[in-house]
Amino acid sequence: MMKQLSPQDWRAHPGKFIALWTDSSHAYALYQPGELVAVALENGAYPALPHAGAGWFQRLAHDLNTHTAEGAADTRPAIQHFRAEDGTAPWPDLTAAPGEGVHQVAVGPVHAGIIEPGHFRFSVLGEQVLKLEARLGYAHKGTLGLIRGKSPRLAARFAARISGDATVAHSLAFAHAAEAALGVEVPPRAVHLRAIMAELERLANHASDIGAMAGDAGFAFLDARFAWQRECLCVAAHTAFGHRLMMDMVIPGGIAGDLAGEGGAAILAALAALEAELPSLKRVFEDYASLQDRVIGTGIVPVSLAERFAAGGYVGRASGQEGDARLSPGYGPYPDLGLDVPLERDGDVAARIRVRLAEIPESIRLIRELLRLLPEGALAVAPPGESGMGLGVAESFRGAVWHWLRIESGMIADVFIADPSTLHWPLLEHAATTAILADFPLINKSINGSYSGVDL
Amino acid sequence: MVWKTVLRHVVTRPPAPVQADAALARALRQRVGASKLGRSLAIRHVPAGSCNGCELELRATQNLVYDLTQYGLSFTPSPRHADILLITGVAGRNMVAAVREARAAMPEPALVVAVGDCAVDGGVFKGAAAVAGGAEAILPVDLIIAGCPPSPAQIVQGLLALVEAHDTRL
Repeated sequence: MMKQLSPQDWRAHPGKFIALWTDSSHAYALYQPGELVAVALENGAYPALPHAGAGWFQRLAHDLNTHTAEGAADTRPAIQHFRAEDGTAPWPDLTAAPGEGVHQVAVGPVHAGIIEPGHFRFSVLGEQVLKLEARLGYAHKGTLGLIRGKSPRLAARFAARISGDATVAHSLAFAHAAEAALGVEVPPRAVHLRAIMAELERLANHASDIGAMAGDAGFAFLDARFAWQRECLCVAAHTAFGHRLMMDMVIPGGIAGDLAGEGGAAILAALAALEAELPSLKRVFEDYASLQDRVIGTGIVPVSLAERFAAGGYVGRASGQEGDARLSPGYGPYPDLGLDVPLERDGDVAARIRVRLAEIPESIRLIRELLRLLPEGALAVAPPGESGMGLGVAESFRGAVWHWLRIESGMIADVFIADPSTLHWPLLEHAATTAILADFPLINKSINGSYSGVDL
Repeated sequence: MVWKTVLRHVVTRPPAPVQADAALARALRQRVGASKLGRSLAIRHVPAGSCNGCELELRATQNLVYDLTQYGLSFTPSPRHADILLITGVAGRNMVAAVREARAAMPEPALVVAVGDCAVDGGVFKGAAAVAGGAEAILPVDLIIAGCPPSPAQIVQGLLALVEAHDTRL
């Protein structure tokens, strides 16, 4: 599955770039829809890739493994924030955009709302944002190091905590990678229940985020109603699977527990409530000029830029990018069920909201279908203590998450995890410059990159 | 159809409010003393290295079901207005300075609450090179609310003990 390339071919390799990482001997690059290429490291270095999305990955490889990307334009630290002798963390030089009257506005790492830590440095002229530089790495926990040296089953709990809002998707991608490496066939009942959990997670996040965006634009009513729907979905998830976020339920080889007796009915009731209220909530979105005014034409990610970064999920789909990992490369049980993926081209906050609103009925349909067709049988098989390399993918609510594992005698020798947020943060830096500073919270929420997911 | 929704909520009553654990409230009272804080407490949340699971459930404490503000508790954007510093996540190397600065910006007296297993003792990330431990590794902690993540009801119940700790009738 992996192709070893010469340094020249490595640099010239065509395709839509997804991720880059290094281990002790090689640098790896991943392209859509799951093509893995590698180049041998020479004195701890490899040729930098020209792809737009490679920047963060190359900086991360430097900070995590001290491997240098030769010829890289961007060599800022990723997670190794500079610290002085006395333990304080002095600021790096974040340069302002050039021009007379330009000043900087610093936000974070402690933000005003209940969100993750990160620092944003805006260059503004009046109200117009000219430049945004995001400084991430605050949520770094050394997760990859904790995964190494453990069995896939034991390491699954770290994969489940890469990004809590996408815990099912990350657990699923991790399980797919372990199963591919060890040649494990997952029982059909587990495949179905995994997909039910993944779609429930998608619904809960879409509901919560759409409401939060409306809230940011001053529509507290929509925020309250969508938060109520998210709560109903979480309660149903708890009834069905014993955990509101369904954390630690997807494990390599299958799932950790069966659907509770009353779980199916609880999920169907939550879906019915969401389906019943959705049209009236959608109408509020469409009918109020003051809300439309905030979201239309705000925070634009042009189609060309989304294509250069191979944006996924609702960020990509709102800017004309069709990819959905459930169909391409695809994994069970989606190819049997069919899937309607919405597509927009405006690339603004409104388009991202429209894509997410359109994904809700599709996920509702999928869950109902999966519950109706739910096969009986085993829930999991034990992964064998063998060796192998595997790639796994799952479509989280914000796009495809990729996990790569190298397993030796049943223990994980090396691992890399790519959250779609890595490719979306640079798009936020661009989108912010298409609007005024006051629109930034709305734009940030509409792209909703995971901090924990990229800081690892 | 806003009126339909409003009507539905007039006829369906929300669940009974969460009650504080009296023993916990008494213990807290002994720990923090009879402070001058009233029953209305403002919370400043600082994530020190979480996976964002705790943030989801913290946000949920404000929804229609748990409605944190009914107890006099509210989140504030500024540490200058805060009575409670609420920390989620592990003590991440890159966040230690920011957490200390947020605490230093708060008026006295102030309380520190650790929410979630990671903030309690590092949780599953315990022992990682980039992790100093739980919130206690940065600041003295007055109250812990365990869980991965704790449910909104658990968070509300824990925070209520802080409010009740000031009730002299206990």
